[in-house]
Formats: sequence, structure tokens, C-alpha cells
Amino acid sequence: MWLKLEARAEASQRMRYLSPLIAVGLTLVGGLFLFAALGKHPLEGFKVFFFNPVHDLYGLSELCLKATPLMLIAIGLAVGFRASVWNIGAEGQYIIGAIFASGVALHYEQSASHWILPGMVIAGAVGGALWAAIPALLRTRFRANEILVTLMLVYVAQFVASWLVHGPWKDPQGFNFPQSKMFADSALLPILLPGTRLNAGFLMALASLAVGYVFLQRSFYGYQMQVAGQAEEAARYAGYSYKRTVWVALLTGGAMSGIAGMSEVAGPIGQLTDSVSSNYGFAAIIVAFVGRLNPIGILLSSLLMALLYLGGEQAQQYLNLPSSISKVFEGMLLFFLLAADLFIGYRVRIVANPPLGKLLWKAH
Amino acid sequence: MIGPDDKVSEMSAVPRLMLRGISKVYPSVVANDGIDLRIMPGEIHAVLGENGAGKSTLMKIIYGVTRQTAGEMFWEGKPVQVENPAHARSLGIGMVFQHFSLFETLTVVENVALSLPGKPDLGYLARRIEKVSEKYGLPVDPRRITHALSVGERQRVEIIRCLLQNPNLLIMDEPTSVLTPQAVRRLFDTLRQLSAEGCSIVYISHKLDEIQELCHSATVLRAGKVAGHCIPSQETPKSMARLMIGKDLPVCDHGAPRDSGELRLEVDRLTRRSDDPFGVHLDGISLQVRSGEIVGIAGVSGNGQQELLQALSGEAPLPDRTQVRIGGNDAGSLPPQARRRLGMCFVPEERLGRGAVPRMTLAENALLTAHRRGMVRHGLIRFDAVRRFAEDCIARFNVKCGGPNAPARSLSGGNLQKFIVGREIMQEPKLLVVSQPTWGVDVGAAAFIRQTLIDLRNAGVAILVVSEELDELFEIADRIAVIAGGRISPSKPTRDTNVEEIGMWMSGMWPGAGSKGSGGNGKEVQHVA
Repeated sequence: MWLKLEARAEASQRMRYLSPLIAVGLTLVGGLFLFAALGKHPLEGFKVFFFNPVHDLYGLSELCLKATPLMLIAIGLAVGFRASVWNIGAEGQYIIGAIFASGVALHYEQSASHWILPGMVIAGAVGGALWAAIPALLRTRFRANEILVTLMLVYVAQFVASWLVHGPWKDPQGFNFPQSKMFADSALLPILLPGTRLNAGFLMALASLAVGYVFLQRSFYGYQMQVAGQAEEAARYAGYSYKRTVWVALLTGGAMSGIAGMSEVAGPIGQLTDSVSSNYGFAAIIVAFVGRLNPIGILLSSLLMALLYLGGEQAQQYLNLPSSISKVFEGMLLFFLLAADLFIGYRVRIVANPPLGKLLWKAH
Repeated sequence: MIGPDDKVSEMSAVPRLMLRGISKVYPSVVANDGIDLRIMPGEIHAVLGENGAGKSTLMKIIYGVTRQTAGEMFWEGKPVQVENPAHARSLGIGMVFQHFSLFETLTVVENVALSLPGKPDLGYLARRIEKVSEKYGLPVDPRRITHALSVGERQRVEIIRCLLQNPNLLIMDEPTSVLTPQAVRRLFDTLRQLSAEGCSIVYISHKLDEIQELCHSATVLRAGKVAGHCIPSQETPKSMARLMIGKDLPVCDHGAPRDSGELRLEVDRLTRRSDDPFGVHLDGISLQVRSGEIVGIAGVSGNGQQELLQALSGEAPLPDRTQVRIGGNDAGSLPPQARRRLGMCFVPEERLGRGAVPRMTLAENALLTAHRRGMVRHGLIRFDAVRRFAEDCIARFNVKCGGPNAPARSLSGGNLQKFIVGREIMQEPKLLVVSQPTWGVDVGAAAFIRQTLIDLRNAGVAILVVSEELDELFEIADRIAVIAGGRISPSKPTRDTNVEEIGMWMSGMWPGAGSKGSGGNGKEVQHVA
């Protein structure tokens, strides 16, 4: 007996879009088993995790608040992923964006100008883009693998943030906590719904999705980037630049991550801390793929991911489960998605005897 | 339809190889369907068929690369299941592949040693190689590094590698596609000598004249099935073609050459060192193409064709803008898109990955180069225009596919080539540069593409065709020049020359070669067969 993966004659387009739904379904089923294994009543756990967080208006506003940075980062990453430029370091670009935006806020803390917030958005975008420019330069000049470089720069960014809040930017009245001063009101995003924390960052995220939709689905330049990502020779033949594609892909992902960082420090956090990110940069990679790199898909999957974050908090409070329960759900979602995606292109066949010849000889 | 050769074998009763009802089913296609084949000792047996007829799959089954779904195989009269290529070699089956599997940075003897079991003594092996190469007229120096060998020499290394194992059956997969006419002759002499010594040969090809000259018998495959058997010497190429494609072969209608029109492409003393360490340096290349003519460039691959075409297409722009002029404009330093705006279109030799993006649909691939034909407005794609163009192209050029949304990689080579040629032609070029227009394309589609090029020339387009197939160039070109060792011969009107002369030039020996061009230091060009 031997299991063999065999390529399907044709991959089904319908399954391409059904696969994320199947993954979500399997994650929920897996969740039931998980709760049971942890000694909780599965349906009770399910209700606490997935229903409690969104049963009122405040819950819904929190959902949108959590989804905001995920949308911003995921749409920027989708631009690169579609061109097969694998920016895994959005987390680092997010942190540098948050630092740059905080720099503006702290420098102009006495000012009440209306230009501070736009300045912070731009600073955040520039910071994230600069951080992503390092892998872009190394990739185009030396063919350094962008997956490794972007990932390693995440840890550098974390240390930069840590150094700032432990050192030069530490709040003198902060009881020695590693955090900056609280931002002035002029450096905080306006609240959309009174009584909630939902702010204008959510509108920025929706606008980015709309712009991203036009760019990814309609624009000729987006098409050229896809060609360059999928077939470098074909791009050169048609006269599209591969290097420019790498630059645009990384700078876009970096700038959007930076804006996401700004929306957090100027939003729910209100200052720079050494834990500005709750893993948004990594979660957004899952969001982008569950959303099939499509803006509408990203809208839905970022809300789902936000629900996992909120559910995790509820589970801590009411079920006495550790906070890492969220990560387990995230992991299950990614695992089931990858598994479901595999079966779009392949099917399993049972063969009686392992074909030894095939193992030893790569088909010509 | 079993042929009349069932009774022939009374004298040496046991066939060397016999296949009975061999089938191979892949998830999407039946590659072989109940194939019978019988090869006697010393027989040169042709297996011919169009692209996708199932020739390669059948050979892979015989050589143990893949396993049949059904059917039996008999070796020297005994049933056998070939487990893998090593098993095949131990039985005495050798195979020379169409694409060579030699390591460029190793010497000949090292390459041969790698295919032998254990750790052979290199000095002794080198002497054996010399002995075999002498015996069979396959001159090769075992101590040379592979990348310095011509294609013909590399093939000799592959053959010697097989012969060292004293095979009783040698499979040759499209062996002449890369050889000069003279080298083909020598190969045939070697094969005949092997056959006389009792070695059976399976000869895969779609070149009917060669099969007629060389092979004792032939099995014709069509769509995975045996379409018939024949004795090639009793057939005509036309009758074999009919067996192969199931209908009469369309004939190209060339028409007389016309008075030359305006100058559309001018290459002026183009000299460039290749970036690739194994590439060819271009040395003083000059050529002209006028409207209403087809200029053919012949040559064995790897003699500078790639480098020349990249300089023409703009994929590798030149520092000097005057070395390439398109329609009277200096274009040497322009990128591909700017050259297209001057009216040049280009069909590259690699279809998947260069001429088309494999995973994208035909419609998206239409957008690749034809976007200036109203497919983009304000930077946004007009999907209806893209789709219309793709549908048009599919209909006009008879592309067999699942429609404009079929991914490029789902098409057969011939159909994708028709689509790419169609896409370039529908942009109404003034100058069309085509590389290997019918490489690996089946006979019917090849005739269609050639006729399309001739029609385009009659409509006043200037066409440059780079091809390794001499027959093709003689069929369609008005003038022929030869590229060898990065230099180009003077061009000659097709009707004033012949295959022998061009074949001689392909070895770098044309009148004035060695003293012509900027780097003319009399250096002898390699690849002398």
C-alpha cells in the first residue's frame, strides 16, 4: 500500500474559491474537538469564542478595529504576492512605520495642527517603505532571497523599537515602563462611533481595499507585475521590468504595513510601546492567502481573523484558557487552507506497490 | 491494422523486442492505446508520428522511465517488465535522448564515467572511448571539456556512452534535429554499421526523407494508436505523411519573389561579447531585410542565434543605437516596447515561459504584447477588447483550445505556437522576426504557419526567420544566410543555392569567411563536421 499524489488534469476554478470556506469549516470543527479535549463543553466554548465577541454593537466595533491593520497590511502584501515577491516581514515594516509616525507625534506634541495626522500617515508609509527597500535593494542587486531578508529584518525592527522606548523616547512620567509619552489629541485618529474605539483608520483600510481592487483586478500595471512574477523571461520578452516589479511590490507592502503601524499607535494604543504589534504582520499573511489575494476576499478574511483575536480574549476571560488559543486557531486555519489548496491541483491515489523506479529516476 | 511483416521473420525467429497491446493512461490523456511493435535483430525500425502521437511515452516505457498501464513486453522472446533505466541498460537497451544530459563543466571521459556503475579508471576508459569512436567513425577527444563541444560532438558522446555498454537495442529520439546535413550523413553511416553488426535500432523522427533513406521498416503512430506499418523504401514521403496525419499534407504556395521594397531592418556590423560564459560572441554581423521578402538565417543552434535575436528584440539592448535600424530609425538601444511601436513584432523560440505565461489564460496572454491594440485605456485593462482579440486570434489561426480562458499551458505546442504567431501577426507588423517557427510543431500546423508567413510577405511585410530546419528555409525564404560561430555569411537567393552549399556554410566555410568582418583574424570556426 502506498499513497501517491497525482496531478489533476485540470484544477477546478470553483474549488479555488470554495477552498477557503472549507478551511474555515474544518477549523470550526477542529475547534469543537479542541474545546472538548481541554475539558470544556464544546458548544459553550464555541459560543464564547465565536458569538460573544460580536453580539453587540461594541463588539462589532472592536471587530472592525482589529481588522483595520490586517486589511491594510494584507492588501499591500497581496500586491507583492501576486507578483511572486514574498514579503514575509510585514511585521517589521509595521513596527518601523509605527516608530516613524510616533516620531512625528512626539516631535509636534505641543501643536494642535490638522496637518499632524496626515504627516503621521506619510511618515508611517515612508518608514515601512524604507524598511522594505533594504530587501528590495538586496534582491535586485545581489539576488538575495527576499523571504529571508524580510523575515530577519523583523527582529531588527523589534530591537529598534525596544531601544527607543527603553531609551531616548521613554516617558519620564511612565513609572519606568517601556513606553513613550501618550500622544496629544491632535495626533490621535478621530473616533467614528462615540463610546467605541473604532477610528478613522477603518475608513483608510476600506479605501485601501477599493484602490487595491482597481490596481489588482483592473490595472495594466498590476497585470505587468503578475507577468514579471510568474515568468521573468516572458516579462523581458514583452518589455516589462522585473526589477521594477520587485521594487513596487516590496515598497507597496512596506508602505501599507507602515500605515497599519501608524493606525495602531495613533488609534487604540495612543503611544509607542515595545509591543506595538500583536503579530498583525504575520497574521496578515494568512489573511491575504485565505482571501485568495483578492480585495473582497481580504475584507472577509480579515474580519474572520479579527474574530479569532477577539475570541481568544473571551476564551481567556470566561473559559480560563491561555491566550495562545488564538494562535492555535490561526494555525489550524492556515493548515486546513494549505491542505485544501493542495487538493485543488492534486488527488490521492492508492497504489499497490511503491514504484521504486520512480523514486530513483526523475522522469525525463 | 497489422502490416504484412508477420511472415518475414521465419529465418531469425525470435524478435529482439516485441510489444503487445501496450497502453499508458494519464489522468487527462491516453498516451498509448494498445500498441503492438516488433523489432528483429539488426533492424532499423522507425517510429514516426506527429507531436503528441505517443512516441516518447512508448520509448519511456521501453526504457523503464515509466510503466505501462496495460500490455506485455517481450525481450529476446521472454516476457519482461523493465523496472527502471538501469534495468533497461542491463538488458542491453540504450537510449540517446533528444535533449542531452551532459555536465557542461566536465570532460567527455568524466561524463561517460558518471553513467557507468562503480568507479571506473579514467585512463582506461579514455582508451576505450577512443577505440569505440574510431571503430564507429565518431571522432571525439575524451579529454575535452563538454561545453567546448559542438552539438554534433555532444551527440557523439551520448552515443558512445550507450555503445560502451554493448547494447542490443539502441533508441534514438529525434537525433538529427540539431545536426548539419553532413553530420546527419555520418550519423547514418554509424547506425548502418551498428545494424550490420546485429544491433537493433529504434529511430524516432518526423523527418520522412531521413526515414526513407535509413530505416528498414516503420510503425506509424497517430493519436496513441498504431495507424499502420510500412516499408519506407516502398513509400513516398507523401504517402507516409498521409498515414501520419490521416489526410493529405497541405502544400505551401510560395509565389515568385517580388521586387525588393523598402528597407525595414538593417543590422550594421553588430559586434558584442556575450555575458554568458558559454555564450557566443557576435562578430561583425550585418544583414538587411526589405518589405515583401523573407530572409532566412540557417545554422546549427548555439552559433549566436540567441544572442542575435536578443539584440534584435530589445531583450538585450545594445550600447550603440545605430547598429540596429528598424524602419529607418536607430533602434539599437531601445527596449522591446519601443521597438514594437516602430512596427516590429517578434515570435521567440520558447513558447511556454517566454512567448506566453504558462499559468495565464490565452486572453491574458494576448494582452502580453498586443496591448497597444485598444486593450488599455487610462492604465486600466479593457477586458472586452482583450477577449475579442483572443477570440479572433483563436478563430483566424485555427487554435484548438478550450476558448480564451484556457490556460496557455493546457495547449499543445503546435496550437500555442499558432496562437503566439497569430497574436504577433494580428498586430499588423511592418517587420516580423520569427525564431524556429515550427519547432516541435506537427506537420499540419507547420504547413499552416509557413503559409501564413508567405501570405504576410506577399502583403508587403518584411520577415526574418531564424531556423535550424533547412527544408523549411528552402520552402519559404527568398534569401538565405548562415550564422556560424557568431558570424554571418553573405546572403544568397534561395533559387541560386542548394542544401549542400548551405550545409557547407553551416560549418563556417563560406567564401570570404575568415577575412571578413571586424574581427577577421582567420580563426577557424568550430563545428566542422
